Amino acid sequence: MHRYKFVLYRPIQFLPVLFGISVVTFVLVRFIPGDPARVLLGARATPTAIANIRRQYGLDEPMWLQYFYFLKNLLNGEMGKSILYKIDVLKLILTRIEPTLVLVLASVVLSVLIAVPMAALAARNHGRFADHAVRVISTAGIGFPPFWLGLMLIILFSVNLGLLPVSGYGETLGAKVAHLVLPSLTIALSLSTVLTRSLRAAMVEGLRSDVATAARARGMPERVVFWRHVVPNSMVPTINLLAVNIGWLIGGTVVIESVFAIPGIGQLLVRAIFSRDYMVVQGVAMVLACATVLINLIADIVTVAADPRVKL
Amino acid sequence: MSARTIGGKWMGWQGRLGRQPALMFGATILIAFVLIALLAPYVSPYDPILQNAEVRLQAPSWAHPFGTDNFGRDVLSRVIWGVRIDLQIAILGVIFPFIIGTLVGTVAGFFGGIVDTLFMRLVDIILAFPFLVLVLSIIAILGPGLGSFYIAMALVGWVSYARLIRAQVLVLKSSDYAVAAVSLGFSRTRIMFRHLLPNAIAGSVVFSMSDAVLVLLNGAAISYLGLGVQPPIAEWGIMVAEGQPFITTAWWITLFPGLSIVMLAFGFSMFGDALGDALGVKE
Repeated sequence: MHRYKFVLYRPIQFLPVLFGISVVTFVLVRFIPGDPARVLLGARATPTAIANIRRQYGLDEPMWLQYFYFLKNLLNGEMGKSILYKIDVLKLILTRIEPTLVLVLASVVLSVLIAVPMAALAARNHGRFADHAVRVISTAGIGFPPFWLGLMLIILFSVNLGLLPVSGYGETLGAKVAHLVLPSLTIALSLSTVLTRSLRAAMVEGLRSDVATAARARGMPERVVFWRHVVPNSMVPTINLLAVNIGWLIGGTVVIESVFAIPGIGQLLVRAIFSRDYMVVQGVAMVLACATVLINLIADIVTVAADPRVKL
Repeated sequence: MSARTIGGKWMGWQGRLGRQPALMFGATILIAFVLIALLAPYVSPYDPILQNAEVRLQAPSWAHPFGTDNFGRDVLSRVIWGVRIDLQIAILGVIFPFIIGTLVGTVAGFFGGIVDTLFMRLVDIILAFPFLVLVLSIIAILGPGLGSFYIAMALVGWVSYARLIRAQVLVLKSSDYAVAAVSLGFSRTRIMFRHLLPNAIAGSVVFSMSDAVLVLLNGAAISYLGLGVQPPIAEWGIMVAEGQPFITTAWWITLFPGLSIVMLAFGFSMFGDALGDALGVKE
Protein backbone atom coordinates (compact mmCIF):
# COMPACT_ATOMS: atom_id res chain seq x y z
CA MET A 1 0.00 0.00 0.00
CA HIS A 2 1.20 3.47 -0.74
CA ARG A 3 2.22 5.63 2.20
CA TYR A 4 -0.35 8.41 1.66
CA LYS A 5 -3.08 5.89 1.06
CA PHE A 6 -2.20 4.30 4.38
CA VAL A 7 -2.64 7.60 6.21
CA LEU A 8 -6.14 7.84 4.72
CA TYR A 9 -7.15 4.21 5.16
CA ARG A 10 -5.83 3.56 8.64
CA PRO A 11 -8.51 5.66 10.41
CA ILE A 12 -11.23 3.78 8.52
CA GLN A 13 -9.86 0.50 9.83
CA PHE A 14 -10.42 1.79 13.34
CA LEU A 15 -14.14 2.45 12.78
CA PRO A 16 -15.24 -1.11 13.68
CA VAL A 17 -13.26 -0.84 16.92
CA LEU A 18 -15.00 2.44 17.80
CA PHE A 19 -18.31 0.73 17.06
CA GLY A 20 -17.24 -2.14 19.35
CA ILE A 21 -16.34 0.29 22.13
CA SER A 22 -19.84 1.77 21.99
CA VAL A 23 -21.38 -1.72 22.17
CA VAL A 24 -19.24 -2.74 25.17
CA THR A 25 -20.00 0.44 27.13
CA PHE A 26 -23.70 0.06 26.26
CA VAL A 27 -23.72 -3.54 27.46
CA LEU A 28 -21.83 -2.60 30.66
CA VAL A 29 -24.52 -0.30 31.96
CA ARG A 30 -27.35 -2.60 30.83
CA PHE A 31 -25.84 -5.34 33.02
CA ILE A 32 -26.46 -3.41 36.24
CA PRO A 33 -28.93 -5.47 38.24
CA GLY A 34 -32.31 -3.83 38.68
CA ASP A 35 -34.29 -1.23 36.74
CA PRO A 36 -31.72 0.80 34.76
CA ALA A 37 -33.77 4.00 34.97
CA ARG A 38 -34.03 3.75 38.75
CA VAL A 39 -30.33 2.90 39.08
CA LEU A 40 -29.23 5.71 36.77
CA LEU A 41 -31.27 8.26 38.70
CA GLY A 42 -30.22 7.04 42.13
CA ALA A 43 -31.92 8.96 44.95
CA ARG A 44 -33.60 11.33 42.49
CA ALA A 45 -35.79 8.59 41.03
CA THR A 46 -39.11 10.45 40.96
CA PRO A 47 -41.81 8.93 38.71
CA THR A 48 -41.48 11.81 36.19
CA ALA A 49 -37.69 11.49 36.05
CA ILE A 50 -37.97 7.72 35.52
CA ALA A 51 -40.48 8.27 32.74
CA ASN A 52 -38.13 10.81 31.11
CA ILE A 53 -35.14 8.46 31.22
CA ARG A 54 -37.28 5.61 29.90
CA ARG A 55 -38.31 7.76 26.96
CA GLN A 56 -34.80 9.09 26.27
CA TYR A 57 -33.19 5.65 26.20
CA GLY A 58 -36.25 3.72 25.04
CA LEU A 59 -35.92 1.31 27.94
CA ASP A 60 -39.20 -0.44 27.13
CA GLU A 61 -38.11 -1.06 23.54
CA PRO A 62 -36.18 -4.11 22.30
CA MET A 63 -32.43 -4.17 23.03
CA TRP A 64 -31.28 -3.31 19.50
CA LEU A 65 -33.54 -0.27 19.44
CA GLN A 66 -32.21 0.80 22.85
CA TYR A 67 -28.71 0.58 21.43
CA PHE A 68 -29.82 2.67 18.47
CA TYR A 69 -31.11 5.41 20.80
CA PHE A 70 -27.88 5.18 22.80
CA LEU A 71 -25.83 5.63 19.63
CA LYS A 72 -28.01 8.50 18.45
CA ASN A 73 -27.58 10.30 21.78
CA LEU A 74 -23.86 9.62 21.63
CA LEU A 75 -23.48 11.12 18.15
CA ASN A 76 -25.22 14.24 19.46
CA GLY A 77 -22.59 14.39 22.19
CA GLU A 78 -25.07 13.31 24.87
CA MET A 79 -23.71 10.79 27.33
CA GLY A 80 -26.36 11.37 29.94
CA LYS A 81 -26.21 13.39 33.13
CA SER A 82 -24.08 12.83 36.19
CA ILE A 83 -26.17 12.00 39.27
CA LEU A 84 -23.61 13.51 41.60
CA TYR A 85 -22.61 16.67 39.74
CA LYS A 86 -25.94 17.16 37.93
CA ILE A 87 -24.34 18.23 34.64
CA ASP A 88 -23.77 16.57 31.28
CA VAL A 89 -21.14 13.82 31.48
CA LEU A 90 -19.23 15.10 28.47
CA LYS A 91 -19.04 18.62 29.95
CA LEU A 92 -17.92 17.15 33.25
CA ILE A 93 -15.16 15.18 31.56
CA LEU A 94 -14.00 18.25 29.64
CA THR A 95 -13.62 20.25 32.86
CA ARG A 96 -11.39 17.49 34.26
CA ILE A 97 -9.32 16.73 31.18
CA GLU A 98 -6.50 19.25 31.64
CA PRO A 99 -4.63 17.69 34.60
CA THR A 100 -4.91 14.21 33.12
CA LEU A 101 -3.63 15.31 29.73
CA VAL A 102 -0.69 17.21 31.21
CA LEU A 103 0.10 14.30 33.54
CA VAL A 104 0.18 11.77 30.69
CA LEU A 105 2.31 14.00 28.45
CA ALA A 106 4.77 14.90 31.21
CA SER A 107 5.08 11.22 32.19
CA VAL A 108 5.87 10.18 28.63
CA VAL A 109 8.52 12.88 28.21
CA LEU A 110 10.10 12.14 31.60
CA SER A 111 10.13 8.39 31.01
CA VAL A 112 11.92 8.84 27.70
CA LEU A 113 14.44 11.13 29.43
CA ILE A 114 15.07 8.40 32.01
CA ALA A 115 14.99 5.39 29.67
CA VAL A 116 17.28 6.66 26.89
CA PRO A 117 20.39 7.23 29.07
CA MET A 118 19.77 3.98 30.99
CA ALA A 119 19.38 1.95 27.82
CA ALA A 120 22.39 3.70 26.24
CA LEU A 121 24.52 2.88 29.27
CA ALA A 122 23.48 -0.78 29.11
CA ALA A 123 23.80 -1.17 25.35
CA ARG A 124 27.24 0.48 25.14
CA ASN A 125 28.47 -1.82 27.92
CA HIS A 126 26.74 -4.90 26.54
CA GLY A 127 27.41 -7.96 28.72
CA ARG A 128 29.38 -5.97 31.27
CA PHE A 129 28.52 -4.84 34.79
CA ALA A 130 26.53 -1.73 33.81
CA ASP A 131 24.39 -3.84 31.48
CA HIS A 132 23.57 -6.37 34.20
CA ALA A 133 22.90 -3.60 36.70
CA VAL A 134 20.43 -1.90 34.36
CA ARG A 135 18.75 -5.24 33.67
CA VAL A 136 18.29 -6.00 37.36
CA ILE A 137 17.06 -2.46 38.09
CA SER A 138 14.53 -2.54 35.27
CA THR A 139 13.35 -6.07 36.16
CA ALA A 140 12.87 -5.12 39.80
CA GLY A 141 11.36 -1.76 38.81
CA ILE A 142 8.49 -3.39 36.92
CA GLY A 143 7.27 -4.74 40.25
CA PHE A 144 7.13 -1.37 42.03
CA PRO A 145 3.46 -0.56 42.62
CA PRO A 146 3.07 3.03 41.32
CA PHE A 147 0.67 4.02 44.12
CA TRP A 148 3.27 3.01 46.70
CA LEU A 149 6.20 4.49 44.80
CA GLY A 150 4.31 7.79 44.72
CA LEU A 151 3.95 7.75 48.50
CA MET A 152 7.64 6.96 48.93
CA LEU A 153 8.50 9.95 46.70
CA ILE A 154 6.20 12.11 48.84
CA ILE A 155 8.08 10.99 51.95
CA LEU A 156 11.42 11.76 50.31
CA PHE A 157 10.76 15.03 48.45
CA SER A 158 7.83 16.58 50.29
CA VAL A 159 8.17 15.42 53.88
CA ASN A 160 11.93 15.11 54.34
CA LEU A 161 13.25 17.65 51.86
CA GLY A 162 10.20 19.92 51.84
CA LEU A 163 10.73 20.64 48.14
CA LEU A 164 7.35 19.87 46.61
CA PRO A 165 3.67 19.93 47.61
CA VAL A 166 2.25 16.69 49.04
CA SER A 167 -0.93 16.52 46.96
CA GLY A 168 -3.64 18.45 45.13
CA TYR A 169 -3.55 20.69 42.08
CA GLY A 170 -2.82 24.43 41.93
CA GLU A 171 -4.60 27.41 40.44
CA THR A 172 -1.65 29.24 38.87
CA LEU A 173 0.67 27.76 36.26
CA GLY A 174 3.60 27.59 38.67
CA ALA A 175 1.55 25.82 41.32
CA LYS A 176 0.19 23.36 38.77
CA VAL A 177 3.67 22.46 37.58
CA ALA A 178 4.87 22.01 41.17
CA HIS A 179 1.92 19.74 41.94
CA LEU A 180 2.48 17.59 38.86
CA VAL A 181 6.23 16.94 39.30
CA LEU A 182 5.93 14.02 41.73
CA PRO A 183 2.90 12.33 40.09
CA SER A 184 4.49 12.42 36.64
CA LEU A 185 7.85 11.29 38.04
CA THR A 186 6.05 8.33 39.67
CA ILE A 187 4.40 7.23 36.43
CA ALA A 188 7.58 7.94 34.43
CA LEU A 189 9.71 5.75 36.70
CA SER A 190 7.27 2.85 36.26
CA LEU A 191 6.97 3.32 32.52
CA SER A 192 10.71 3.75 32.01
CA THR A 193 11.42 0.20 33.24
CA VAL A 194 9.52 -1.27 30.30
CA LEU A 195 10.94 1.32 27.90
CA THR A 196 14.52 0.72 29.03
CA ARG A 197 14.32 -3.01 28.37
CA SER A 198 13.08 -2.71 24.82
CA LEU A 199 15.23 0.33 23.98
CA ARG A 200 18.31 -1.54 25.19
CA ALA A 201 17.45 -4.49 22.95
CA ALA A 202 16.93 -2.16 19.97
CA MET A 203 20.24 -0.36 20.66
CA VAL A 204 22.21 -3.61 21.05
CA GLU A 205 20.83 -4.72 17.71
CA GLY A 206 21.58 -1.32 16.21
CA LEU A 207 25.23 -1.45 17.31
CA ARG A 208 25.58 -4.73 15.38
CA SER A 209 23.76 -3.46 12.30
CA ASP A 210 25.28 -2.79 8.88
CA VAL A 211 24.61 0.91 9.35
CA ALA A 212 26.85 1.00 12.42
CA THR A 213 29.56 -1.13 10.80
CA ALA A 214 29.57 1.10 7.72
CA ALA A 215 29.81 4.21 9.89
CA ARG A 216 32.75 2.71 11.81
CA ALA A 217 34.42 1.79 8.53
CA ARG A 218 34.26 5.44 7.51
CA GLY A 219 36.31 6.21 10.61
CA MET A 220 33.48 7.62 12.69
CA PRO A 221 34.16 7.56 16.43
CA GLU A 222 32.05 5.04 18.39
CA ARG A 223 30.28 7.81 20.31
CA VAL A 224 29.09 9.47 17.11
CA VAL A 225 28.08 6.12 15.58
CA PHE A 226 25.96 5.48 18.64
CA TRP A 227 24.22 8.81 19.03
CA ARG A 228 23.82 9.67 15.34
CA HIS A 229 22.98 6.26 13.87
CA VAL A 230 21.96 3.80 16.53
CA VAL A 231 19.81 5.98 18.82
CA PRO A 232 17.59 7.56 16.13
CA ASN A 233 16.89 4.15 14.62
CA SER A 234 15.89 2.72 17.98
CA MET A 235 13.38 5.51 18.58
CA VAL A 236 10.80 4.14 16.13
CA PRO A 237 10.17 0.91 18.07
CA THR A 238 9.98 3.11 21.16
CA ILE A 239 7.13 5.16 19.70
CA ASN A 240 5.29 1.92 19.03
CA LEU A 241 6.00 0.63 22.50
CA LEU A 242 4.66 3.86 24.01
CA ALA A 243 1.51 3.46 21.94
CA VAL A 244 1.11 -0.17 23.02
CA ASN A 245 1.53 0.89 26.64
CA ILE A 246 -0.80 3.89 26.44
CA GLY A 247 -3.64 1.86 27.94
CA TRP A 248 -1.39 0.90 30.82
CA LEU A 249 -0.27 4.51 31.14
CA ILE A 250 -3.87 5.76 31.36
CA GLY A 251 -4.64 3.06 33.94
CA GLY A 252 -1.64 4.21 35.95
CA THR A 253 -2.88 7.80 35.76
CA VAL A 254 -6.24 6.77 37.20
CA VAL A 255 -4.52 5.36 40.28
CA ILE A 256 -1.92 8.12 40.63
CA GLU A 257 -4.54 10.87 40.44
CA SER A 258 -6.19 9.26 43.45
CA VAL A 259 -2.86 8.99 45.32
CA PHE A 260 -2.03 12.67 44.81
CA ALA A 261 -5.65 13.96 44.87
CA ILE A 262 -5.39 15.46 41.39
CA PRO A 263 -8.82 16.47 40.04
CA GLY A 264 -8.48 14.69 36.69
CA ILE A 265 -10.52 12.11 34.78
CA GLY A 266 -9.05 9.21 36.76
CA GLN A 267 -10.15 10.59 40.09
CA LEU A 268 -13.53 11.35 38.53
CA LEU A 269 -13.85 7.69 37.50
CA VAL A 270 -12.93 6.32 40.93
CA ARG A 271 -15.33 8.68 42.73
CA ALA A 272 -18.07 7.85 40.21
CA ILE A 273 -17.64 4.15 41.00
CA PHE A 274 -18.05 4.82 44.71
CA SER A 275 -21.12 7.00 44.23
CA ARG A 276 -22.65 4.63 41.65
CA ASP A 277 -22.67 7.44 39.10
CA TYR A 278 -22.94 4.96 36.21
CA MET A 279 -23.32 7.51 33.43
CA VAL A 280 -19.98 9.02 34.42
CA VAL A 281 -18.31 5.57 34.57
CA GLN A 282 -19.68 4.80 31.11
CA GLY A 283 -18.64 8.18 29.71
CA VAL A 284 -15.11 8.06 31.14
CA ALA A 285 -14.57 4.48 29.92
CA MET A 286 -15.68 5.51 26.45
CA VAL A 287 -13.61 8.68 26.28
CA LEU A 288 -10.47 6.91 27.53
CA ALA A 289 -10.96 4.01 25.10
CA CYS A 290 -11.37 6.44 22.21
CA ALA A 291 -8.26 8.30 23.35
CA THR A 292 -6.32 5.01 23.35
CA VAL A 293 -7.48 4.22 19.83
CA LEU A 294 -6.63 7.72 18.64
CA ILE A 295 -3.12 7.60 20.11
CA ASN A 296 -2.47 4.21 18.50
CA LEU A 297 -3.64 5.63 15.20
CA ILE A 298 -1.29 8.60 15.52
CA ALA A 299 1.59 6.27 16.46
CA ASP A 300 0.92 4.13 13.39
CA ILE A 301 1.02 7.16 11.14
CA VAL A 302 4.10 8.64 12.81
CA THR A 303 5.91 5.32 12.45
CA VAL A 304 5.20 5.21 8.75
CA ALA A 305 6.16 8.85 8.29
CA ALA A 306 9.34 8.63 10.37
CA ASP A 307 10.79 5.35 9.15
CA PRO A 308 11.04 4.65 5.42
CA ARG A 309 12.02 1.04 6.23
CA VAL A 310 8.56 0.18 7.56
CA LYS A 311 6.81 -2.12 5.12
CA LEU A 312 3.09 -1.66 4.71
CA MET B 1 22.58 -45.09 26.21
CA SER B 2 21.74 -42.85 29.11
CA ALA B 3 20.33 -39.48 28.27
CA ARG B 4 23.09 -37.66 30.09
CA THR B 5 25.92 -38.88 27.88
CA ILE B 6 24.49 -37.28 24.78
CA GLY B 7 25.26 -33.83 26.12
CA GLY B 8 23.75 -30.56 27.23
CA LYS B 9 20.67 -30.55 25.10
CA TRP B 10 19.40 -33.88 26.34
CA MET B 11 20.41 -33.49 29.94
CA GLY B 12 17.70 -34.25 32.49
CA TRP B 13 15.61 -31.33 33.66
CA GLN B 14 17.31 -31.39 37.06
CA GLY B 15 20.63 -30.76 35.36
CA ARG B 16 19.23 -27.95 33.26
CA LEU B 17 17.62 -26.24 36.24
CA GLY B 18 20.87 -26.42 38.18
CA ARG B 19 22.54 -24.39 35.46
CA GLN B 20 19.97 -21.62 35.68
CA PRO B 21 20.84 -19.54 38.74
CA ALA B 22 18.24 -16.89 37.87
CA LEU B 23 15.55 -19.56 37.61
CA MET B 24 16.53 -21.06 40.95
CA PHE B 25 16.65 -17.59 42.53
CA GLY B 26 13.17 -16.68 41.27
CA ALA B 27 11.81 -20.07 42.28
CA THR B 28 13.31 -19.69 45.76
CA ILE B 29 11.56 -16.35 46.28
CA LEU B 30 8.24 -17.78 45.11
CA ILE B 31 8.55 -20.91 47.24
CA ALA B 32 9.44 -18.77 50.26
CA PHE B 33 6.25 -16.73 49.78
CA VAL B 34 4.15 -19.89 49.39
CA LEU B 35 5.63 -21.25 52.64
CA ILE B 36 4.93 -17.98 54.48
CA ALA B 37 1.34 -18.09 53.19
CA LEU B 38 0.87 -21.68 54.36
CA LEU B 39 2.53 -21.12 57.72
CA ALA B 40 1.05 -17.66 58.42
CA PRO B 41 -0.74 -18.74 61.63
CA TYR B 42 2.53 -20.14 63.02
CA VAL B 43 5.06 -17.51 61.93
CA SER B 44 3.09 -14.32 62.54
CA PRO B 45 3.83 -13.00 66.03
CA TYR B 46 0.42 -11.31 66.59
CA ASP B 47 -3.18 -11.47 65.43
CA PRO B 48 -3.31 -9.44 62.18
CA ILE B 49 -6.68 -7.77 62.89
CA LEU B 50 -6.67 -7.52 66.65
CA GLN B 51 -6.61 -3.87 67.69
CA ASN B 52 -4.60 -2.73 70.67
CA ALA B 53 -4.97 0.95 71.60
CA GLU B 54 -1.99 0.83 73.96
CA VAL B 55 0.55 0.35 71.15
CA ARG B 56 -0.76 2.72 68.49
CA LEU B 57 1.71 4.02 65.84
CA GLN B 58 4.82 2.56 67.44
CA ALA B 59 8.05 2.70 65.46
CA PRO B 60 9.82 -0.57 64.57
CA SER B 61 11.26 -2.25 67.68
CA TRP B 62 12.16 -5.76 68.88
CA ALA B 63 8.58 -6.31 70.01
CA HIS B 64 7.19 -5.06 66.68
CA PRO B 65 9.91 -5.36 63.99
CA PHE B 66 7.78 -3.52 61.37
CA GLY B 67 6.11 -1.21 63.91
CA THR B 68 2.37 -0.89 64.58
CA ASP B 69 -0.42 0.95 62.76
CA ASN B 70 -2.95 3.48 64.00
CA PHE B 71 -5.12 0.72 65.47
CA GLY B 72 -2.14 -0.78 67.29
CA ARG B 73 -2.05 -3.77 64.95
CA ASP B 74 1.35 -5.39 64.34
CA VAL B 75 2.48 -4.47 60.80
CA LEU B 76 4.73 -7.57 60.45
CA SER B 77 1.82 -9.89 61.26
CA ARG B 78 -0.38 -8.05 58.78
CA VAL B 79 2.31 -8.28 56.09
CA ILE B 80 2.62 -12.04 56.75
CA TRP B 81 -1.13 -12.64 56.55
CA GLY B 82 -1.24 -10.39 53.52
CA VAL B 83 0.90 -12.92 51.62
CA ARG B 84 -2.13 -15.23 51.58
CA ILE B 85 -4.37 -12.68 49.89
CA ASP B 86 -1.85 -11.12 47.51
CA LEU B 87 -0.46 -14.47 46.38
CA GLN B 88 -4.02 -15.59 45.80
CA ILE B 89 -4.67 -12.42 43.75
CA ALA B 90 -1.60 -13.07 41.57
CA ILE B 91 -2.47 -16.75 41.05
CA LEU B 92 -6.27 -16.67 40.62
CA GLY B 93 -6.07 -13.42 38.66
CA VAL B 94 -3.90 -15.25 36.12
CA ILE B 95 -5.42 -18.74 36.11
CA PHE B 96 -8.94 -17.79 34.96
CA PRO B 97 -7.76 -15.62 32.06
CA PHE B 98 -5.16 -18.28 31.18
CA ILE B 99 -7.77 -21.04 30.89
CA ILE B 100 -10.33 -18.96 28.99
CA GLY B 101 -7.71 -17.42 26.69
CA THR B 102 -6.12 -20.80 25.96
CA LEU B 103 -9.47 -22.36 25.03
CA VAL B 104 -10.52 -19.42 22.85
CA GLY B 105 -7.10 -19.12 21.20
CA THR B 106 -6.89 -22.82 20.39
CA VAL B 107 -10.41 -22.99 18.95
CA ALA B 108 -10.04 -19.74 16.99
CA GLY B 109 -6.65 -20.70 15.58
CA PHE B 110 -7.69 -24.25 14.71
CA PHE B 111 -11.02 -23.56 13.07
CA GLY B 112 -10.18 -20.19 11.51
CA GLY B 113 -12.91 -18.60 9.37
CA ILE B 114 -15.86 -16.88 10.99
CA VAL B 115 -15.13 -18.18 14.52
CA ASP B 116 -11.62 -16.79 14.34
CA THR B 117 -12.75 -13.45 12.89
CA LEU B 118 -15.43 -12.96 15.56
CA PHE B 119 -13.13 -13.76 18.46
CA MET B 120 -10.28 -11.67 17.15
CA ARG B 121 -12.54 -8.63 16.60
CA LEU B 122 -13.69 -9.03 20.20
CA VAL B 123 -10.03 -9.13 21.25
CA ASP B 124 -9.37 -5.90 19.30
CA ILE B 125 -12.29 -4.17 21.02
CA ILE B 126 -11.28 -5.25 24.52
CA LEU B 127 -7.68 -4.22 23.86
CA ALA B 128 -8.88 -0.78 22.78
CA PHE B 129 -9.88 -0.09 26.38
CA PRO B 130 -7.19 0.83 28.87
CA PHE B 131 -6.95 -2.41 30.87
CA LEU B 132 -7.47 -0.95 34.34
CA VAL B 133 -10.29 1.33 33.18
CA LEU B 134 -12.29 -1.61 31.82
CA VAL B 135 -11.59 -3.69 34.95
CA LEU B 136 -12.70 -0.76 37.14
CA SER B 137 -15.86 -0.25 35.06
CA ILE B 138 -16.80 -3.92 35.48
CA ILE B 139 -16.15 -3.67 39.23
CA ALA B 140 -18.37 -0.58 39.24
CA ILE B 141 -21.22 -2.69 37.86
CA LEU B 142 -20.62 -5.75 40.06
CA GLY B 143 -19.84 -3.80 43.24
CA PRO B 144 -16.49 -3.62 45.06
CA GLY B 145 -14.84 -6.81 46.31
CA LEU B 146 -12.28 -9.47 45.50
CA GLY B 147 -14.87 -11.65 43.73
CA SER B 148 -15.70 -8.81 41.34
CA PHE B 149 -11.99 -8.34 40.71
CA TYR B 150 -11.55 -11.98 39.67
CA ILE B 151 -14.61 -11.84 37.41
CA ALA B 152 -13.35 -8.61 35.83
CA MET B 153 -9.89 -10.15 35.32
CA ALA B 154 -11.42 -13.22 33.68
CA LEU B 155 -13.56 -11.05 31.38
CA VAL B 156 -10.69 -8.80 30.31
CA GLY B 157 -7.42 -10.68 30.85
CA TRP B 158 -8.04 -13.64 28.53
CA VAL B 159 -7.36 -11.61 25.38
CA SER B 160 -3.56 -11.69 25.69
CA TYR B 161 -3.53 -15.47 26.13
CA ALA B 162 -5.97 -15.97 23.27
CA ARG B 163 -3.71 -13.97 20.94
CA LEU B 164 -0.56 -15.80 21.98
CA ILE B 165 -2.04 -19.31 21.68
CA ARG B 166 -3.88 -18.52 18.44
CA ALA B 167 -0.67 -17.33 16.76
CA GLN B 168 1.11 -20.56 17.80
CA VAL B 169 -1.75 -22.83 16.76
CA LEU B 170 -1.94 -21.13 13.35
CA VAL B 171 1.71 -22.08 12.74
CA LEU B 172 1.52 -25.56 14.27
CA LYS B 173 -1.65 -26.76 12.55
CA SER B 174 0.14 -27.03 9.23
CA SER B 175 3.10 -28.90 10.75
CA ASP B 176 3.82 -32.48 9.71
CA TYR B 177 2.67 -34.11 12.92
CA ALA B 178 -0.64 -32.23 12.86
CA VAL B 179 -1.25 -33.25 9.26
CA ALA B 180 -0.31 -36.81 10.22
CA ALA B 181 -2.79 -36.74 13.10
CA VAL B 182 -5.52 -35.57 10.71
CA SER B 183 -4.75 -38.35 8.24
CA LEU B 184 -4.87 -40.90 11.08
CA GLY B 185 -8.47 -39.84 11.53
CA PHE B 186 -8.10 -38.40 15.03
CA SER B 187 -10.95 -36.21 16.20
CA ARG B 188 -10.59 -32.44 16.05
CA THR B 189 -10.80 -32.20 19.84
CA ARG B 190 -7.98 -34.71 20.20
CA ILE B 191 -5.78 -32.91 17.68
CA MET B 192 -6.45 -29.53 19.25
CA PHE B 193 -5.89 -30.43 22.87
CA ARG B 194 -3.54 -33.43 22.71
CA HIS B 195 -1.31 -32.48 19.78
CA LEU B 196 -1.39 -28.72 19.16
CA LEU B 197 -1.98 -27.21 22.59
CA PRO B 198 0.94 -28.87 24.44
CA ASN B 199 3.31 -27.51 21.81
CA ALA B 200 1.73 -24.08 21.68
CA ILE B 201 1.53 -23.38 25.39
CA ALA B 202 5.16 -22.61 26.36
CA GLY B 203 4.93 -18.93 25.37
CA SER B 204 1.75 -18.46 27.41
CA VAL B 205 3.28 -20.08 30.48
CA VAL B 206 6.23 -17.68 30.31
CA PHE B 207 3.88 -14.74 29.69
CA SER B 208 1.73 -15.76 32.66
CA MET B 209 4.66 -15.01 34.97
CA SER B 210 5.02 -11.39 33.83
CA ASP B 211 1.22 -11.23 33.75
CA ALA B 212 1.19 -12.31 37.42
CA VAL B 213 3.28 -9.21 38.21
CA LEU B 214 0.78 -6.92 36.49
CA VAL B 215 -2.21 -8.69 38.05
CA LEU B 216 -0.62 -8.38 41.49
CA LEU B 217 0.04 -4.66 40.96
CA ASN B 218 -3.49 -4.09 39.62
CA GLY B 219 -5.11 -6.13 42.39
CA ALA B 220 -3.18 -4.25 45.05
CA ALA B 221 -3.97 -0.92 43.32
CA ILE B 222 -7.69 -1.72 43.22
CA SER B 223 -7.63 -2.63 46.91
CA TYR B 224 -5.65 0.55 47.57
CA LEU B 225 -8.46 2.51 45.88
CA GLY B 226 -10.93 0.74 48.19
CA LEU B 227 -12.61 -1.28 45.43
CA GLY B 228 -11.05 -4.71 46.08
CA VAL B 229 -10.32 -6.48 49.34
CA GLN B 230 -12.22 -4.77 52.15
CA PRO B 231 -10.93 -3.89 55.64
CA PRO B 232 -10.10 -5.21 58.19
CA ILE B 233 -8.56 -8.03 56.09
CA ALA B 234 -4.78 -7.71 55.90
CA GLU B 235 -3.86 -7.09 52.26
CA TRP B 236 -0.84 -5.10 51.11
CA GLY B 237 -2.73 -2.61 48.92
CA ILE B 238 -5.20 -1.73 51.69
CA MET B 239 -2.35 -1.49 54.19
CA VAL B 240 -0.64 1.14 52.01
CA ALA B 241 -3.93 3.07 51.80
CA GLU B 242 -4.44 2.84 55.56
CA GLY B 243 -0.92 4.09 56.18
CA GLN B 244 -1.19 7.04 53.77
CA PRO B 245 -2.70 9.53 56.28
CA PHE B 246 0.28 8.85 58.55
CA ILE B 247 3.17 8.98 56.06
CA THR B 248 4.59 12.14 57.62
CA THR B 249 4.93 10.51 61.04
CA ALA B 250 4.61 6.71 60.72
CA TRP B 251 6.32 5.75 57.45
CA TRP B 252 6.62 2.07 58.46
CA ILE B 253 2.89 1.39 57.94
CA THR B 254 3.22 2.07 54.17
CA LEU B 255 6.84 1.05 53.59
CA PHE B 256 6.70 -2.65 54.48
CA PRO B 257 3.58 -3.80 52.60
CA GLY B 258 4.91 -2.00 49.51
CA LEU B 259 8.28 -3.70 49.81
CA SER B 260 6.48 -7.05 50.04
CA ILE B 261 4.72 -6.37 46.75
CA VAL B 262 8.09 -5.47 45.20
CA MET B 263 9.67 -8.71 46.47
CA LEU B 264 6.86 -10.99 45.30
CA ALA B 265 6.74 -9.25 41.92
CA PHE B 266 10.51 -9.58 41.61
CA GLY B 267 10.21 -13.34 42.25
CA PHE B 268 7.66 -13.70 39.44
CA SER B 269 9.73 -11.51 37.07
CA MET B 270 12.99 -13.37 37.69
CA PHE B 271 11.32 -16.76 37.40
CA GLY B 272 9.45 -15.76 34.23
CA ASP B 273 12.52 -14.25 32.53
CA ALA B 274 14.69 -17.26 33.34
CA LEU B 275 11.95 -19.67 32.30
CA GLY B 276 11.69 -17.84 28.99
CA ASP B 277 15.45 -18.20 28.46
CA ALA B 278 15.37 -21.89 29.46
CA LEU B 279 12.46 -22.72 27.14
CA GLY B 280 13.83 -20.54 24.35
CA VAL B 281 10.75 -18.32 24.32
CA LYS B 282 11.21 -14.76 23.11
CA GLU B 283 8.97 -12.03 24.43
